[in-house]
Amino acid sequence: MTALPTILFDGIAYGMLLFVLSCGLAVTLGLMNFVNLAHGAFAMIGGYVCAVLVNRSGVPFFVALPIAFVVSAAVGIVMEQTLYKRLYHRNPLDQVLFTIGLVFMAVTAVDYVMGSSQVFIHLPEMLQGQFQVFGIGVGRYRLMIIVICGLLTLGIQMTLANTRFGSRLRAAVDNPRAASGLGINVPQVFALTFAFGSGLAGLGGALGAEILGLDPYFPLKFMIYFLIVVTVGGSQTITGPFLASLLLGIADVAGKYYVPKLGAFVIYTLMIVILIWRPNGLFGRVAQR
Amino acid sequence: MRADHGVGEAVLRRARWGHGETAFWLIAVAAIFVFPDRYLILTEMAWLGLFALSLDLILGYAGIVSLGHAAFFGVGAYAAGLLAVHGIVKEPVLALVVAGLAAMVLGFATSFLVIRGSELSQLMVTLGIALLLRELANKFSDITGGFDGLQGIVIDPVLGLFAFDLFGKVGFIYCLAVLAVLFLLARLIVYSPFGLSLRAIRNNPLRAAAIGIPVNRRLIAIYTLSAFYAGIAGALFTQTTALASLDVFSFERSADLLLVLVIGGAGYLYGGLIGAVVFRVLQDMFSSWTPQFWQFWIGLVLVLIVLIGRERMYRGVQWLPRLVLRRIAAARGHAAAPDRSAS
Repeated sequence: MTALPTILFDGIAYGMLLFVLSCGLAVTLGLMNFVNLAHGAFAMIGGYVCAVLVNRSGVPFFVALPIAFVVSAAVGIVMEQTLYKRLYHRNPLDQVLFTIGLVFMAVTAVDYVMGSSQVFIHLPEMLQGQFQVFGIGVGRYRLMIIVICGLLTLGIQMTLANTRFGSRLRAAVDNPRAASGLGINVPQVFALTFAFGSGLAGLGGALGAEILGLDPYFPLKFMIYFLIVVTVGGSQTITGPFLASLLLGIADVAGKYYVPKLGAFVIYTLMIVILIWRPNGLFGRVAQR
Repeated sequence: MRADHGVGEAVLRRARWGHGETAFWLIAVAAIFVFPDRYLILTEMAWLGLFALSLDLILGYAGIVSLGHAAFFGVGAYAAGLLAVHGIVKEPVLALVVAGLAAMVLGFATSFLVIRGSELSQLMVTLGIALLLRELANKFSDITGGFDGLQGIVIDPVLGLFAFDLFGKVGFIYCLAVLAVLFLLARLIVYSPFGLSLRAIRNNPLRAAAIGIPVNRRLIAIYTLSAFYAGIAGALFTQTTALASLDVFSFERSADLLLVLVIGGAGYLYGGLIGAVVFRVLQDMFSSWTPQFWQFWIGLVLVLIVLIGRERMYRGVQWLPRLVLRRIAAARGHAAAPDRSAS
């Protein structure tokens, strides 16, 4: 029987991964009120870029990760400038339809190009296997995920709290009109944030290929998880989604381990209950708009 | 809608049965004789049309956006399947009503969750409910058959008289008849004062409440009714195909349904039916081009529709018929252009 600390450890790794995957969505939803169901597609792009680079071209894993980030971010900014930008002021139904269409296209396009089977990334030796710390089994790969995602989270938090860009972003979240009145280039802030969020999703997709599995249906399979993180965490702070991801990660791993038959059932129920109980998310402030 | 003195008159005029509608149903009936080798796809159009009609009732008339309408479809489908497998209700029409009622109960229970909160939480809650039901169906695989679906569904003759044949003729006529009955019922409902109050709520819930419309109760009522319709559509699906598997709850089904309704246009009842026909024809065409990848083109259609703009698309489609009608009206000497607000 696996010890509780190992489950907790795996859960935290999973949760951190979910956070990196979905914090871009937290920004699009919270900042631009844009319902982006295609967020997982950017993660999938990152995952496949990494897989192709590592498996076919022999690029080292740690070099492929930043490339995955850059490619996803580039695709993100192109999409934002050409398509998403036009839809910011449309109603949610249009946004939902549009992004579902994008998901369908992404899924089938990847299926066509890469095949429908699951893809594995060849990991370097040093990331495989487990070691024991005080009798707790610690997977090397998961430890790396916790380290990378933890650093990223800190970086995001610092950027938001301490930099000029962070203050612009927060100003644009709170009141886009007043922010643009103060001379902040709100569309530019949107575009950069969107690109950064897509890049993070791509990085998350590359990191998560090992744990979540990577196949063309990735965007559909994990869409609900990203949405849960954002709706439960509330989309107005970054701590909310972070805590929600950890909660979701631990609950999912523990749920799969202790009550495998109930599976995702517990999580969906929790989501609905939380949404009813606190429509602005567990950690959200009261909506101002 | 502008509020002027002739409101009542305008409503009555819009509720009047038009020539276009007669033509529509004549074509539908004619399809029985014109396409004798296409009954299967026609049947699909019929239940899909009914399913889209059920979404239209909440989306087009009450403004409730749902990403999980497949929940009710699935409950109807499994209910019909289980009733047939265990021989509880053998007669299809009766089983249909029972399945619809089962979905209706679920609709009523979940309506309280759905009408709360913003559009985003509506989307999430509806999506969550459909996924939840899928998990449940998967978990209780001893009842539902899990991933393999229900086995051994045999449907008795309709009303004890008309057995389902191999070519699907009886199936199609049966679906069409059910669709017509439920359509007429929906038509009565949306042009009744109840239906008008729904439109008021869709346009502005706050003002609707201010003029004394019980907003929440009306929304619960229409959501429950819509669930009933979706349940019947699901039951028709099971009865005509003898299938009920986990994918009745799938997200793709709900998403495709939105596309169906958007193609046809929400808010005038025929949108769902026209959308179902167009969608199935498109799907058929796409899958003959690229058998495995038809979903790509469906996605492209969705993206294009949104980019072009739904309003603009409908106006484009209506341009020619309106021109013709206007000419006819001008020739008759009075310039009464038909006005139909499809939003």
